[in-house]
Amino acid sequence: MSRKISVSATINGQENEFLCEPRQSLLEVLRDVLNLTGAKEGCNNGNCGACSVLLDGVLVNSCLVLGVEAQGRSITTVEGLAGDELHPLQRQFLENAALQCGICTPGFLVASKALLEKNPNPTEHEVRYFLAGNLCRCTGYDKIVKAVMAAAEEMRAKA
Amino acid sequence: MQAFSYVSAKSVSEASAILAQEGDNAKVLSGGTDIIVQLREGRRSAHVVVDVKAIPELNELSYDAAAGLTIGAAVPMHRIYGDAKLAALYPGLMDSATLIGGTAIQGRATLGGNVCTASPAGDALPTLIALNARCVVASANGTREIAIENFFAGPGRTVLQKGDLLVAFKLPAPQPNSGAAYLRFIPRNEMDIAVVSAGVSVQLSADKSTFIAARIALGAVAPTPLFVPEAGAALIGQPVGAVAVNAAAEIAKAAARPISDMRGSAEQRKHLSAVMTKRTLEIAIERARA
Ligand SMILES: Cc1cc2nc3c(=O)[nH]c(=O)nc-3n(C[C@H](O)[C@H](O)[C@H](O)COP(=O)(O)OP(=O)(O)OC[C@H]3O[C@@H](n4cnc5c(N)ncnc54)[C@H](O)[C@@H]3O)c2cc1C
Ligand code: FES
Ligand code: FES
Repeated sequence: MSRKISVSATINGQENEFLCEPRQSLLEVLRDVLNLTGAKEGCNNGNCGACSVLLDGVLVNSCLVLGVEAQGRSITTVEGLAGDELHPLQRQFLENAALQCGICTPGFLVASKALLEKNPNPTEHEVRYFLAGNLCRCTGYDKIVKAVMAAAEEMRAKA
Repeated sequence: MQAFSYVSAKSVSEASAILAQEGDNAKVLSGGTDIIVQLREGRRSAHVVVDVKAIPELNELSYDAAAGLTIGAAVPMHRIYGDAKLAALYPGLMDSATLIGGTAIQGRATLGGNVCTASPAGDALPTLIALNARCVVASANGTREIAIENFFAGPGRTVLQKGDLLVAFKLPAPQPNSGAAYLRFIPRNEMDIAVVSAGVSVQLSADKSTFIAARIALGAVAPTPLFVPEAGAALIGQPVGAVAVNAAAEIAKAAARPISDMRGSAEQRKHLSAVMTKRTLEIAIERARA
């Protein structure tokens, strides 16, 4: 019953094949099978957003996706954000001190990337609303929102 | 999490054959935002999980001015509110789709999952009742349609039988001069479960002075979402205004039979039933007039 299944998926732009049990979440597969430990396990029930990834470009909680569901799909994790240089969001999070312990940060970065792809010029209210499913116990959110607004501005200037 | 096998069904008949054979040992996986949590926490068990997201009929999202709207049971919320044409036609449905969880939940959560979870507080349920939705259900014996208000049997229970698969919802095309709305009362701004909610639809006369049809449903005030046909009926023929709206709100309040729990007392829920009915009616009227 717990036989492992072979799954092929594109992860951060690279073709990948891995084995997993149907009961393993995509989060477990990313962290324990593929050694991509950027996505974090906060709650394991959909409430905190620390495990946020993009599945075919759509923001999801990887703790609520089965690894086997990744078959034929494309996944972006926080490891896929930076090229040769940090992504503007990553740099603005650093410059604006938008993290303390950092557990929530990969989730916020991936979710913010999803937001800016859809809405390059969000209001502060729209940023807060879009990120309502990502929890941070340290920063009080203001610096996160500031960092996202600054990254949005920077990306618009470059576009 | 407990061990199970996984099948991504490619057709309605493949899925319903597995469901008929395995009965309660099989669990349908749609967006997974309820069932994966339940399996992980041991509140549900499964030998086989049947993923229904690759079945074409469950992914349909199509509108036709004559036939109305068809929404496959496995269409996620972000696809529903991401469709600008639908957003304009069904603002009440958008109220619900944008309220369910945060953005990442909306990337996965489906209407079929919300309905089959059958929580009395499910945020799509009063809206679907207000919009007169019909559920298309398939089994080995063929397909049948069930009016949404008859779909719920109790908290977490539906009328689906062994082997049944919810395929899609059919919503009639909006009538001229009509509007709908959904609101929930929660103690904070975002990300919570409704203490009381209301979904309503109204249709006004051509001069927008008189109600000619209305449907009103409440959430979280009974073991199932509660259709209150008498509240809608009381509006018909009445001039559009506070007197009629308040009367309908009082009828909805009288129909509510809430319990007290950690989210709110029965008394507060009774009171809120009238408040939420009134507020949603006001929004629906505004939309019907726009
Ligand atoms: C963090 C978080 C926040 C949430 N917030 C809200 C909220 O604000 N409002 C709200 O209403 N809900 C909320 N939910 C609950 C949940 O997201 C919704 O109920 C959602 O609509 C379920 O849809 P799904 O596709 O994920 O269902 P799934 O988990 O895939 O399925 C739910 C149930 O329905 C059955 N099922 C699914 N599809 C079918 C089908 N086609 N035929 C037969 N049976 C089927 C499954 O077997 C399962 O029992 C929240 C959940 C989480 C984790
Ligand atoms: S770990 Fe997935 S949402 Fe918290
Ligand atoms: S920085 Fe610690 S949880 Fe956000």
